[in-house]
Amino acid sequence: MTTKPTPRVIPDRLTSPLSRALRSWEALLFAVAVAVFIANSFASPYFLNAWNLSDATFNFTEKAMIAFAMALLIIAGEIDLSVASIIALASTVMGLVMTAGFGTPEIVLAGLATGLACGALNGFFVARLGLPSIVVTIGTMSLFRGISYIVLGDQAFTGYPKDFAYFGQGYVWWVFSFELVLFAVLAIGFYILLHRTNFGRAVYAIGNNPTAALFSGIRVERVRFILFLLTGLMSGIAAVCLTSRLGSTRPSIATGMELEVVTMVVLGGVSILGGSGSIPGVVLAAIIMGLVTFGFGLLNVPGIVMSIFLGLLLIGTIALPRLAKGLRRG
Amino acid sequence: MSILRKALTTAAMTVALMAATGAHAETKRIALVVKALGIGFFEAANKGAEEAAKELGDVEIIYTGPTDTTAEGQIEVINSLIAQGVDAIAISANDPDAVAPALQKAMERDITVISWDSGVAKEGRQMHLNPSSSALIGNTIIKLAADHMPEGGDVAILSATSTSTNQNIWIEEATKVLPNYPGVNLVATVYGDDLADKSYREAQGLIATYPNLKAIIAPTTVGILAASQAVTDAGKIGAINVTGLGLPSEMAGAVASGATKSFAIWNPIDLGYAATMLAYNISNGAKAEPGASIPMGRMGAATLDDNNEAAMSDPFTYDASNIEQFKSIF
Repeated sequence: MTTKPTPRVIPDRLTSPLSRALRSWEALLFAVAVAVFIANSFASPYFLNAWNLSDATFNFTEKAMIAFAMALLIIAGEIDLSVASIIALASTVMGLVMTAGFGTPEIVLAGLATGLACGALNGFFVARLGLPSIVVTIGTMSLFRGISYIVLGDQAFTGYPKDFAYFGQGYVWWVFSFELVLFAVLAIGFYILLHRTNFGRAVYAIGNNPTAALFSGIRVERVRFILFLLTGLMSGIAAVCLTSRLGSTRPSIATGMELEVVTMVVLGGVSILGGSGSIPGVVLAAIIMGLVTFGFGLLNVPGIVMSIFLGLLLIGTIALPRLAKGLRRG
Repeated sequence: MSILRKALTTAAMTVALMAATGAHAETKRIALVVKALGIGFFEAANKGAEEAAKELGDVEIIYTGPTDTTAEGQIEVINSLIAQGVDAIAISANDPDAVAPALQKAMERDITVISWDSGVAKEGRQMHLNPSSSALIGNTIIKLAADHMPEGGDVAILSATSTSTNQNIWIEEATKVLPNYPGVNLVATVYGDDLADKSYREAQGLIATYPNLKAIIAPTTVGILAASQAVTDAGKIGAINVTGLGLPSEMAGAVASGATKSFAIWNPIDLGYAATMLAYNISNGAKAEPGASIPMGRMGAATLDDNNEAAMSDPFTYDASNIEQFKSIF
C-alpha cells in the first residue's frame, strides 16, 4: 500500500501579519508613547490640558520635519549633519530679504530656496563627487553657520512682518497650530514617498547594497542627490517655522539641533547603518521625545536629567534588538 | 467596576486634583529661569531667591533653565512654566529677541514677567533689573587691568558668545572709557562662547599672538577661569594678569597663584534676592512703569528708567585681601 504524499504548504511568511505588527519596533514605540502619556497625566495636574499639550508640540514639530527627510537619507546609508546650520543660513537670508523691504511670500520663498541650495551643494559633493556624506556635511555645517556669523556677527534681524508670525505662532483651528498641521501633512507625504512609491523602494535598495542597486538599474547618484535636496528643503521649511516662532534671527539659531534630529531618527527604529526603518517609527519617536521633554519640564526636572533619560532611551533602542537576537539564539 | 466607570473616576479625580491646585493659589510661585543649569553664578542667585522666599513667607521658588545656553531651550522651559500657571517668571535670557514671543504669551496669561542679569527686548518683559550699571562695569574691568600695569601695555578681551547681550554692552562701555587710561592699548576681542575648553584655546591664542600682552580681561566667569588656567599653564604668571568678572569660589586658586591679581563681580546672591522681591511685588500689584520705585527688601528700591530698566548696585572688587572670606559663599 502506498501512501499518498500530503501536499506541502509553504507559507510566504513565517509569522502572521498581526503578530509581526505586534512585535514590530513601531508597536514598542507606541507602547512607550502611551506609557509616557499616562505617566505624565498622573505626575502633573497640568498635563491633560488641550492648550498645554498644543504648546508641547512645538518642542518637536520643527525637528520632526527635518527628521522625516533625514530618515530617508539614513535609510539610504547617508547622513546630513549640516541641517541646523542650513536653518541658520536660511533664517539669515530670510532676514536679509526682510530688511530689503520684501513681504512675507518673498521671505518664505527665500528660506525655502536657501534650504534647497544648501541641499544641492551637499548633494553635489556626495552624489556627484562621491565624497563621504559625514565629512562633507561636517564641513558645510561650519560653512553655512559661518556665513550667518559673517553676515550678522553679534547683531540680530528683528521686525518680521506681522503676518509672517503665523507660521510659528498661528493656529489653523482651535488648538491645532500651523506647525502641528504641517507636521501631520508632511508625515503622510513622507509615508507615501517611502512606503508606497518606487522611489522609496530605491532608497531601501541603495541603503542595503548600493552596488546591487546600481546593477539593478537604480540611478543611485540621482536618488542620493534628490535626498539631499529634500533634506535641505525640509531644513528650509523648519527655518521658516522656527524664525517665525522666535520672531528674530541670530546666527546661533538652532544650535545643536542636528544631533536631536539624528536621535529622533535612530529612536524611530531607523538603522544607523542604513537599509531599514519607517516613517511611523519616526513620528512616534518625535512624539515620545516631545512628551518626555514637556512632562519633565512640567515637573521642573533639570534639563540634564532629560538628556540622560533620552540618552539611555537611545542606547536602549540600539541595544535592545541586539540583546533580543542574542537571547533567541540562546 | 467596569473599565468605563474606572476611567470616569480617574477623570473626575484629575479634575478635582486640578481644582485643588487652583485653590492653593495663595502661595506665589515664582520661577527663576537661568541661562543654563550648573553654572555657579546662577546657583548663587538661586540661594538669594530662596532667601527672599523665606523672608516673604508665601513664596515658592522654581529654579529652572535649559541644559545648554540656547534660546530654543529656554522657550521650552517658558512653555512648561506657562502650562503650570506660575505667578511670575524672572529670567536671565540667552537671546533678548527670541524669547520675547514666548514671554509675551506668558504675560497674556497674567503671568508677571521680569528679566534680570541678561535682558529681554522691551516688549517681552515688564521690567529689567541690571546687576549694576553697564557704564560702571565697563569702567571697572578696564580699571582693574590698568591698576596692575603702571607702565601701560597691550590688553585683550575674552568674552562669552558674540550674541551675549550683557557682555557686548560692557565691552562697548569699556571701549568708551579707554581714552581715560592712556597706557592701556586694547589689541583684540575674542569669543570663548562661555565654554571652558573653547575659552582656554582662545586665551592660548591671545598669549601666542600678542607677545607684549600685559592683561586678559574676561567679563565672564567661564572665560576668566579658563584664561587664568591658560596663563598658568603657559608659565606667564606675573607677565600677564587675568582680570574681569569671576566667582570668588572659582577664582580663589588663581588669586593665590598670582595669575589673577584682582577681579570684580556683583553679588549674585543679592541679584537673585532682588529679582525675586521685584517679581513678587509686581505680581502683587506694583506698577512697573518709567519713574516707578519698586521695593526690593534689604537691597533698597529699584527706580525704573524710561526703558523700565533699573540698576541694583555697584560691582565689588575681590583680591587677596578678601577672597578667603567670600570663596565659601559663592
